[in-house]
Amino acid sequence: MSFEILTYGFMHRAIIAGSVIAILCSVMGLFLVLRRYSLFGDALAHSSFGGIALGLFAGIYPLWTAYGVSIVSALIITKVKTRYNISGDASIAVLLSSGIAAGLVIISFSGGFTLDIFSFLFGSILLVSVDDTIAIVALAGAILMIILLLFRQILYSTFNEKQAKVSGIPVEKINYLLIILAGLTVVTSIQLVGVLLISALFVIPNVTAIMYGRSFKQTMLISMSFSVFSVVAGILISYVFDITPAGTIVLFSVAILAVTMGIKSSGLLSKS
Amino acid sequence: MLNAVEISNLTVKYPEVVALDDVSFVIEQGDFLGIIGPNGAGKSTLFDSMLGLNTTYTGTIKFFDEDIKKSKTYHQEIGYVPQKPEFESNFPATVSDVVRMGLRKKSDDNKVDEILQQLMLHELRDRRIGALSGGQLQRVFIAKALVHDPKILILDEPNTGVDQQSINLFFGILKELNSKQGITIIWSSHDLDAVNKLANHVACLNRTLFFHGESEKFFSDDDLVKQYSEASMQEHMHHH
Repeated sequence: MSFEILTYGFMHRAIIAGSVIAILCSVMGLFLVLRRYSLFGDALAHSSFGGIALGLFAGIYPLWTAYGVSIVSALIITKVKTRYNISGDASIAVLLSSGIAAGLVIISFSGGFTLDIFSFLFGSILLVSVDDTIAIVALAGAILMIILLLFRQILYSTFNEKQAKVSGIPVEKINYLLIILAGLTVVTSIQLVGVLLISALFVIPNVTAIMYGRSFKQTMLISMSFSVFSVVAGILISYVFDITPAGTIVLFSVAILAVTMGIKSSGLLSKS
Repeated sequence: MLNAVEISNLTVKYPEVVALDDVSFVIEQGDFLGIIGPNGAGKSTLFDSMLGLNTTYTGTIKFFDEDIKKSKTYHQEIGYVPQKPEFESNFPATVSDVVRMGLRKKSDDNKVDEILQQLMLHELRDRRIGALSGGQLQRVFIAKALVHDPKILILDEPNTGVDQQSINLFFGILKELNSKQGITIIWSSHDLDAVNKLANHVACLNRTLFFHGESEKFFSDDDLVKQYSEASMQEHMHHH
């Protein structure tokens, strides 16, 4: 493998944007996984697909419409879940399919699938522009900053809602905020792995890290490291072998998970 | 001296039943109050109302003369130990992570160490919480409830399913918190003997309050104890 690829500008952008997204998805995903919301990212991504189609159809920058649709869907799913007492997995399934369905209908109105649509479905990390990279870094930075500022409140309400409430934490508000941030995270991450594979970035590094980590922060750092490693390795390897980066990234993180499970079942990893 | 808690005409109605009917009593600072009553007597409803989890009551609940419906700071005064320490069993948090959640301000971080020492949890501080025994977990949750220096500690039937040695340790801790640190303790329990040993006041609840006063008075009155036991027995049979 030649090191020449590391000198390309597009590769720098891909690695920077990809790593930032990896960190963001790890942090957000850890809270979602522990809240048993693993598929939530998937549902938001699929519903934002409807938003992307809408943007392309209306001639608006598709990620803007995706942001809008993703936030609205996040709020709807939360409301529906509490108001109509529909279980979490069922409401996620409804949201997931309605997003794709709406997207498909809008796409067929606008004359069928285009290259743009494919790049949103499967990611296009090697194509991110300087502006995209700046936007991704800025937005991810802002989301991570909010999480850092409210870390104890988010962590406590993830650990146990009732006790957090008794401590005076505005749990409902925190839940809404977290869900809106998850919506923003999903759309920001679409360029890396696309709509179809986003939830992998939320879930897989965290499921792996939970098996290693002892403290919460340690788990978060392990998850970030695995995630960044998978993303960078995935981008480089996929370029060298001319295969899809999104798929390669996800397969890398699945491989780390598989190895971890192997280590764990061999008894080398204890939890205490 | 201010009363720690003042409950006036507390009534909670659910569609099918009246869970609490016109309950009034006062808990003075430094009291160790045992709340007893059969299952379904309204103990949980009373606690939920005091903790701000149920707001659909009539009447008033005051902590240190402040109506909890109007106060935004009363949470500061309370530490709460739930009946069962519920959490995801693989939750990646250490003992000190969990205790730290109870802090109200980040700046109080050294309080965590202090409270871990006090509850003899120091050696377990980096242990993952899913790996603890029942008794150890219970102490972790007490530590979490105490780390922000509350004036009132509320415990919801906390001694179920823990071995005798841990129970004794736990009772010792409660007694010390009450007598040495002056923390007001409100403790709901099924265990009459334990209440007799620890609490200096007793509130007997069965939708209405049918006794509230010094525990000596309650336990020296055979009729009251019998009445309580019968009510609790009936309830017990009813549940089976």
